Amino acid sequence: MSAVIGHDQDHDHGHGYHPGGLMRWVKTTNHKDIGTMYLWFSFVMFLVGGFMAMVIRAELFIPGLQVVNPEIFNQMTTLHGLIMVFGAIMPAFVGFANWLIPMQIGAPDMAFPRMNNWSFWLLPPAATLLVLSLFVPGGAPGVGWTLYPPLSIQQGMGMDLTIFAIHILGMSSIMGSINIVTTILNLRAPGMTLMKMPLFVWTWLITAYLLIAVMPVLAGAVTMLLTDRHFGTHFFNAAGGGDPVLFQHIFWFFGHPEVYIIAIPAFGVVSQVIPAFSRKPLFGYTSMVYAVASIAILSFLVWAHHMYTAGLPTTAQLYYMYATMLIAVPTGVKVFNWVATMWKGSLSFETPMLFAMGFLFLFTLGGFTGLVLAVTPVDIQLHDTYYVVAHFHYVMVAGALFSAFAGVYFWLPKWTGHMYDETLGKWHFWLSFIFFNMIFFVQHFLGLAGMPRRIPDYAPQFTDFNMISSIGAFGFGLSQLLFLYIVLKCIRSGEKAPQKPWEGADSLEWTHLPTPAPYHSFETPPVVK
Amino acid sequence: MIKTLLRKIGAGALPMLVPTLAWAEDKAKWNLQEPHTEVARQMYDLHTIVLIICLVIFIGVFGVMFYSMLKHRKSVGHQAAQFHENTTVEVIWTVVPFFILIGMAWPATKGVLSMRDASSPDLTIKVTGYQWKWGYEYLKGEGDLSGVADGMQIYSTLSTPREQIYGNAPKGEHYLLEVDNPLVVPVGKKVRVLITANDVLHAWWVPAFGVKQDAVPGFIRDSWFKVDKPGTFRGQCAELCGKEHGFMPIVVVAMEQKEFADWAAKNKVATASTATAAATATAK
Repeated sequence: MSAVIGHDQDHDHGHGYHPGGLMRWVKTTNHKDIGTMYLWFSFVMFLVGGFMAMVIRAELFIPGLQVVNPEIFNQMTTLHGLIMVFGAIMPAFVGFANWLIPMQIGAPDMAFPRMNNWSFWLLPPAATLLVLSLFVPGGAPGVGWTLYPPLSIQQGMGMDLTIFAIHILGMSSIMGSINIVTTILNLRAPGMTLMKMPLFVWTWLITAYLLIAVMPVLAGAVTMLLTDRHFGTHFFNAAGGGDPVLFQHIFWFFGHPEVYIIAIPAFGVVSQVIPAFSRKPLFGYTSMVYAVASIAILSFLVWAHHMYTAGLPTTAQLYYMYATMLIAVPTGVKVFNWVATMWKGSLSFETPMLFAMGFLFLFTLGGFTGLVLAVTPVDIQLHDTYYVVAHFHYVMVAGALFSAFAGVYFWLPKWTGHMYDETLGKWHFWLSFIFFNMIFFVQHFLGLAGMPRRIPDYAPQFTDFNMISSIGAFGFGLSQLLFLYIVLKCIRSGEKAPQKPWEGADSLEWTHLPTPAPYHSFETPPVVK
Repeated sequence: MIKTLLRKIGAGALPMLVPTLAWAEDKAKWNLQEPHTEVARQMYDLHTIVLIICLVIFIGVFGVMFYSMLKHRKSVGHQAAQFHENTTVEVIWTVVPFFILIGMAWPATKGVLSMRDASSPDLTIKVTGYQWKWGYEYLKGEGDLSGVADGMQIYSTLSTPREQIYGNAPKGEHYLLEVDNPLVVPVGKKVRVLITANDVLHAWWVPAFGVKQDAVPGFIRDSWFKVDKPGTFRGQCAELCGKEHGFMPIVVVAMEQKEFADWAAKNKVATASTATAAATATAK
């Protein structure tokens, strides 16, 4: 990163009106407070969604129905998916964006602090609606997170609560994204040109555009469901001139970019962490930016690869196959660049680096199974099986979640002013890494051998892999409590952290701000050369 | 020749990833099920090719990474180089994968084209997904087998007893993959299936045939298969369709043509007499 001159910070004067206690958090417009709330919210949702995963894995431990009935099982898979995607992973990266973007571009705060407050405070009601749907007559929707009609038309009022929850989550995301785009485009310090921005900022700029483009599409899709359910429209009903597959097209036009909305900020975090612990600049910065941008653009052109079995015309199957395979090119460029960054560096393996390398290794594996699934004839066999479940958990958990862990350990000293316990951090990594592979690696075999997803009971030949998977899941779940302990210990009693605890870190928050970071990041913008 | 070789590698490639003890006893567990149609065989081979390409690249890339982790660590005193770009290398690793992908797309395209060619069938069967069972109807067709089974209907429901599901009885050999009335088809004949649904989405999937097709209410999709040997083939509904989604299996019995004709003749009489009985009952 570029050298910066003439920074002269005064960290202790006039922060203006400061309510204490709970009202501090309700009324705050500070990007750090809001970032913190996003991160804690996402962790709570991670535990809630994780608990649902435990119910699923408990039921699947052995054949037969033991723990829950099929209705509850389907509700668990649906809510697990929705909560993890919209409640855990997305808010976690918005939390990172809030904390880091102003610090990394030399800004005092986000561009629209009040809207920032509102976009966070929309989340708890939305999450409440989702969880509440479990307790209304008919229960939560048991339709999978994809909400395909006509099954979703058959559901009870839990479905309506889910639809409203998605509306609110969408509003929150759109406002958050507008804020991020405006901040990045307008509040950069003098000299911080676009091509000098840290890669994390770049990835969020692109992600924010993706969000603004697709969240309204999802809102439209679920609104059409709502009117089909209650107001006599027939968008998805063939008897009334509609088409159930129309929903799938609209949903995946949102859904595929959504995958990258989750993955791209993860790329950003990893692109900060790997150079720092390689003590070497990121290899191919420019090509990284172009790779992310081309992945984002391609993500709009491949949605129907989720629908190879829906009955597409042959030509469409071929087009979507070719376009999907093409994504492997920019993704490959990113992986090669990360490895080239490590090449001839001076590597050390603190917890953030371990998680970043776990990300690199397992995300690439998930990318390869994605390539397998892109090939239409192979996907015909694997669609809606556990192979797909394994594939997207490699991308979502080992990809996005591991990258979020890397980010938390990396920036925790800057956020709290304390170092975390390195030994425990390494334990957390190794436990997560081993248990993760225990859960999901064997699921590839389950899918190949023919176990469909979203079934509460299965044929006995799938038993041993399911047992391994369930044991892994309980281990993974418990390991995350260790993470909670590490974070709390760091906040309360961690050793005092220096301004720049990582030798190779070079963005503004390390080079120009003390630890812990001051309440208002840069009151006078630094000058970036 | 190459295909046989590929299949052998395919059977070996996946287990190589996990050095586990038990795989020899049951190979099918580690890979796609044994294919019994030409299309399923193409899918199997295609999967093997793609998997091998991915494995080679994976080992190459992470070989470099692990070498770097061993040799370029700070603890062994390695000094960091400061290079951060190299246009030649970057162009190479953008262009080469592109050509590898074209190499994969070629057989994949052939696979798609043959999989989708449902023309000139010998027998046409309409498949309907219900919450939660499958209905089969042998349509009056134009192919070789027209007249043999015309108009016959079968409803196919899970036959595993509830006690087995709830653990009150030991689980049978084909637990959850058994039905009261299986679909019966002739071997070596092109069977076209017209797939639809009555209520919500379902998907008709028989892994050994390489057929998985969503059943969409109000629309008809098609697929086809030509089974290479007699036997019983099992599959499941593959699209979430409500609470009994896991309990609507598909069982297809493939038999020699002559046996099929005998079965059809016998069954037609049975269907007709049931229909007459039902009609009489309604009339009363």
